[in-house]
Amino acid sequence: MKKQVSLAREYTKGLWEQSPVFKQVLGMCPTLAVTVSAMNGIAMALATTFVLVFSSFIISLIRKLIPSQVRIASYIVIIATFVTIVDLVMRAQFPELSKALGPYIPLIVVNCVILGRAEAFAAKNSPLRSLLDALGMGTGFLIALASLGGIREIIGSRTLLGMQVLPDAFEPWLIMILPAGAFLTLGLMMGFLNSMVERRKRRDEAAVLAQHMRKPAVAIMEGQEG
Amino acid sequence: MKTIIAMLATLSLIGVISGGGLAMLSSWADPLIAANKKADTERAIFLVQPTAKSYEPVKEVAFELYRVFDDTKNSLGYALPWEGNGFQGKVRMMVGVSADLNTITAIEVLDQVETPGLGTKVTEEPFRKQFKGLVAVPQVDWIKGVPPTKKNEIQTITGATISSKAIVAIVNDGLVHLRKDLTQGGVQ
Repeated sequence: MKKQVSLAREYTKGLWEQSPVFKQVLGMCPTLAVTVSAMNGIAMALATTFVLVFSSFIISLIRKLIPSQVRIASYIVIIATFVTIVDLVMRAQFPELSKALGPYIPLIVVNCVILGRAEAFAAKNSPLRSLLDALGMGTGFLIALASLGGIREIIGSRTLLGMQVLPDAFEPWLIMILPAGAFLTLGLMMGFLNSMVERRKRRDEAAVLAQHMRKPAVAIMEGQEG
Repeated sequence: MKTIIAMLATLSLIGVISGGGLAMLSSWADPLIAANKKADTERAIFLVQPTAKSYEPVKEVAFELYRVFDDTKNSLGYALPWEGNGFQGKVRMMVGVSADLNTITAIEVLDQVETPGLGTKVTEEPFRKQFKGLVAVPQVDWIKGVPPTKKNEIQTITGATISSKAIVAIVNDGLVHLRKDLTQGGVQ
């Protein structure tokens, strides 16, 4: 039987360790396309999280009732339903935001983070675990998109969440709010974060190694003395 | 056979529940979405016809057109939503025209996907204000690099010549259709 991890781990693993953007490299289309400002990134991530949480939960609830031959079709219908809900509500209540995100809201249907979690997790785990997993992945997506959008907005248009943070003397780097800026920022962030993790892992390994090495080393020294 | 029935039943059930739920949501959202769209159009009409107090849609023409009035119901001209190709994609605009169709009152860009920082300058005041009171006969012309000398000329933006020319082209194209349809239909 598969080893069960704690419920808290189910949530926290999505934040960084299995971050949908930086680790699984899923959902790149909205990640690169809408993050010209922090607000866009946050709105996109929240919309995706809403769809992710509800579709994961529902799929997990009915996972035993769906014949495996039609599971993907069923998942897509369920996901599309929640995406349409988000789209309609946004167009009715937040027309400005809906305009800014344009076609990327309907495109959440084919966001591979959602279908990926449905197939890889919700279809095999209990509703509670699926809910936590979806919330974690959603939060990870939010962290990634908000930071990406924030960085691009600060350098590309001198503002953060619409407020000016850099002086007028700073000439905004237009490339940052163009598609190329998305690739540059994402690549640099991914490289930086991964190298940090790599360094920490090496340090931990060294510490563990040192701990295990000490005893025999002492024993040898004692042996030499004796 | 059993699996086929199960497959059909599952998919049908999911489809019916999803469809039903969305139909209910849509009946709530549709009026709100329509109201948002109307508010958007209304805002744009009054932006390109700042002196107007009221407006009504013109039904005699094949395209969307609004006639605007002052507070004593005298016609001030028209607000014409028109679109065309920009540098990278569709540009949708609202063009305000005087009642005799000879002068532009103002323009407003509603939707565009021009290059940020360059092409998007066509939506900004320094470029747009060139269209205020611009003579539009025989047509709007553009000039590059130097301030305009004629009454029907505007100066293109440095670094965004294609976007600037696109705006002029959309305005001219809209005016051509407006003149043709209005005189043919005998509305004037």
